[in-house]
Amino acid sequence: MFDFKSASQRARSRFGLRAWVAALVVLLAFALLGWRLWVLQVQEHPGLLQRADSNRTAVVPIPPRRGEIVDRRGEVLARNYLSYTLDVVPAQVDSMDDLLSELEQVVTLSERQIRQFDRRLRESGPFTEVLLRNDLSDTEAAYFAAQAFRFPGVELKARWVRQYPQGQSAAHVVGYIGRISERDESALRAADALGNYRGTDIIGKKGVEKSWESRLHGQTGIESLEVTARGRPVRSLHRLDPVPGGDLVLSLDMRLQRVAEQAFEGQRGALVAIDPNNGEILAFVSQPSFDPNLFVDGIDHESWRALNESEDNPLITRPVYGTYPIGSTYKPFVALAAMALGKRGPDEEIYDPGFYEMGKTRFRNAGSIPYGRVDAHKSLVVSSDVYYYSLAELITIDALHDFMKPFSFGQPTGIDLVGERRGILPSRDWKIAAFRDPEQQRWYPGETVSVLIGQGYNAFSLMQLAQATAVLANGGTYYKPRLVKAVRPSGESIAQDVDAEIMHEIDLDPEMVETVRNALAEVTKVGTARRAFAGAPYDAAGKTGTIQLFDLKGSKYKAEEVDERLRDHSAFMGFAPAQNPTIALAVLVENAGWGSAVAAPIARTVFDAWLLPQADSPIDALAKSDARQSAR
Amino acid sequence: MISIFNWLLRVLRAIDWPLLLIVACLSGAGLMVMYSAVGGTDWRYADQSRYVVLALVVMWLVALVPPAWLARLAPVAYGVALALLVAVVFVGDTSKGATRWLDLGFIRLQPSEIMKIALPLLLAWYFQQREGKRNPLDYIIAVALMAVPFALIVTQPDLGTALLVASAGFFVMYFAGLSFKLLIPVAVVAVIGLGMVLANEDTLCAPETDWVVLQDYQKGRVCTLLDPTKDPLGKGFHTIQSTIAVGSGGLYGRGFMQGTQAQLDFIPERTTDFVFAVFAEEFGLYGSLSLLFLFLLLIARGLVIAARADNTFGRLAAGSLTLVLFVYVFVNIGMVIGLLPVVGVPLPFFSYGGTALLTLAVALGVLMSISTHQSLPLPSNARTGFGSP
Repeated sequence: MFDFKSASQRARSRFGLRAWVAALVVLLAFALLGWRLWVLQVQEHPGLLQRADSNRTAVVPIPPRRGEIVDRRGEVLARNYLSYTLDVVPAQVDSMDDLLSELEQVVTLSERQIRQFDRRLRESGPFTEVLLRNDLSDTEAAYFAAQAFRFPGVELKARWVRQYPQGQSAAHVVGYIGRISERDESALRAADALGNYRGTDIIGKKGVEKSWESRLHGQTGIESLEVTARGRPVRSLHRLDPVPGGDLVLSLDMRLQRVAEQAFEGQRGALVAIDPNNGEILAFVSQPSFDPNLFVDGIDHESWRALNESEDNPLITRPVYGTYPIGSTYKPFVALAAMALGKRGPDEEIYDPGFYEMGKTRFRNAGSIPYGRVDAHKSLVVSSDVYYYSLAELITIDALHDFMKPFSFGQPTGIDLVGERRGILPSRDWKIAAFRDPEQQRWYPGETVSVLIGQGYNAFSLMQLAQATAVLANGGTYYKPRLVKAVRPSGESIAQDVDAEIMHEIDLDPEMVETVRNALAEVTKVGTARRAFAGAPYDAAGKTGTIQLFDLKGSKYKAEEVDERLRDHSAFMGFAPAQNPTIALAVLVENAGWGSAVAAPIARTVFDAWLLPQADSPIDALAKSDARQSAR
Repeated sequence: MISIFNWLLRVLRAIDWPLLLIVACLSGAGLMVMYSAVGGTDWRYADQSRYVVLALVVMWLVALVPPAWLARLAPVAYGVALALLVAVVFVGDTSKGATRWLDLGFIRLQPSEIMKIALPLLLAWYFQQREGKRNPLDYIIAVALMAVPFALIVTQPDLGTALLVASAGFFVMYFAGLSFKLLIPVAVVAVIGLGMVLANEDTLCAPETDWVVLQDYQKGRVCTLLDPTKDPLGKGFHTIQSTIAVGSGGLYGRGFMQGTQAQLDFIPERTTDFVFAVFAEEFGLYGSLSLLFLFLLLIARGLVIAARADNTFGRLAAGSLTLVLFVYVFVNIGMVIGLLPVVGVPLPFFSYGGTALLTLAVALGVLMSISTHQSLPLPSNARTGFGSP
């Protein structure tokens, strides 16, 4: 059938024929395109050019006004103000120099503004509106409006500008807006929401501004305009008004928030205070902070670098993004686990000689202090480590994991913020997934020892600790934590509450909870937090924690000899009043030393501010009592 | 010193200079139009510039790979692409009602793009393997190899891409020697069918008519083409505005960045599928014909490379990829000027988008590799210029 000698030759010539045929088809197809182009661009050109010129209905989107954000008492965190701007459409201007010199007689234009205008002019096309000046005063705006006919191509516009009157305070909660990035745009496109963003270039970037974007943004309106051939609007043909975004009422109490922020005295750290009866977040501190107003009109290079490259990471939302081993503040939960799992009864005592031995390793109490006979109550009051070390023989790491998980340790808490980190709640499965080396994948009993006192692989966010504390405080009900308490749709005076949502109940024996509660109340009277809570007119319950970052391998820890960034973190978890608590909190101050010395006093300040009558205005007091009533 | 010189020589020899020159002209024109289409300032322009640079690098890297390796890689690439397509069915990302993407965490992959290159290479490899002992059964196997990815892509649903993949496969079979006796009747039937559709437009486009094999949106696209004025603010809007843009360009065009249709936002999708309308409005008939000529040169060069290839794999792969390129250009421009229905086919070198550019770069790289890795030295007079095939 085939002549093998010349098969390759034949294949080549056969291919040549087919290539020619293909080339012929290609030529014909291109001739068809060319013919059609000729028809459109020569024959039908006059008619189509006219249609292009009379293409006069421009559909212009009208961006909606963004919703405002207020705290639970109505104090404003984010609002909009109307700013007058002058925009220039270059295509409609004959001589830019003449225009500017004439304009200067009507409104003031600084050197810098003209320089910036020139730069923007170079960067944009002839039909785009170029911003010349913003923030015109009312007088200037009126002055210009009266003489606008002299300035074709210049348009006076009013636009809403975002403002954050609280500045650095609660900046991580409210977040900020910024220009729509490529990533934002593809996310909007995927959600089929891009159309609603026509005519605007801003979107929530951080905090509640981001997580509640869909409620804050509103609905873009549309106006059909008759425009001239060069795009200048003549009259409105049809208008569909935009629907402004909804206002958000935060559960945050700005007065409490400020007290908490000031209590940090410039130190780095985080604090979250939650109402344990409904999951409302009362204070949410991330220190150091930043001024969100910097981001509104696009942050300048200098400020961005300063914020972004700072060793203190002010842009990080510490309570949900920072994960830490939480030290002794974990003990109340571990004590509860030992009881609930039936491993060690509330009254069961062990002997604490100041150290615990496993194999050849000796684990010590802080300062190697021997506490003698210790039961659950005493273990929390004096913060015995040995009591918890020795649980390693009784509780497996997986049983501990399963007990802690519903408290949200190592899990997203469900707070209405984007970017919550899970952290690590160690278990055998976790270790297998986290390491590659089979040796490292094994779980060693010694590792359980340090996990039981809140060190080792544990890595929890402050938000998780605060949430777990709230769950403990109310006896086991997991309310979804939330920053937004209510949404007020535009044009309505009554806000719709975001209802408290119970995500799950943890089945805890009330007596066991009571044992832990009593012990924690004792901590603030005679235990590690007694100095911080001396003279408090209410019963507070809590636990201090000191988190070691620097492994000294038995040598003595001297704060002043250790690099500041490697010093211990100071932590506290607690709630008040001890019976029927209305506030639960967790606080951590980075590299500050003992929990009793730094974190506990901050907690005291916050409890005082929430529970004691404050010397504030009668209206404030009324609002607060209202808020507390609704919280119950 | 000598080794560096040798290395440089090897690297430079991997480049097909006529092809590179055409590609450079087209890329430059593409970036210029993108600049105008976005009104001068937009991240899309900066992005597209980066994509073009990346694409050139990718093209050159692929060009360094000898065709023999490409042939050996082809079955692997096909297998991987097929596996990814199956994965899309189960864990694909859905947006706008179509499931086309795989989210790998760091990148969103569109496996059908990989298939556009993998299928023609696979079939070229297959026919090379069967060289000298080919029989009609081979074409049936080829059709089967084509039908599986085609079916998977159609159900995404993405008829446009599926047809492109199928056409790539078809071109390989055509060059491999699929009998004209089979081809001609099919072509005749297609022409008659098209004529009948045109003649019976009214009944076909009535809302109650169900088109069985095509989705509603596809029916809409065809009907819009048949009579764009019927729904001027809806589906016909694209075609009407783009023909106005092209027509208002006239002989000389309205000037760079001066097209009112483009600059005043009347051309929809003006950075992607309808970017040619921006070009034609601003550069006129002379500009458009020059652009067509450039594309023609590109296709001609591709066919020359195919005809000169010294083995079946090279010939079939180069020929098929070149004709697919032609289909892109023809379908896109045809759509913009109202000859063909609105289908989502980008214009190579011009439409915004990194994925499409990368696919294009790989295809061009394969062409270069086939062109520059001849095992048999060709007569010296055949190495220069655009000799006839």
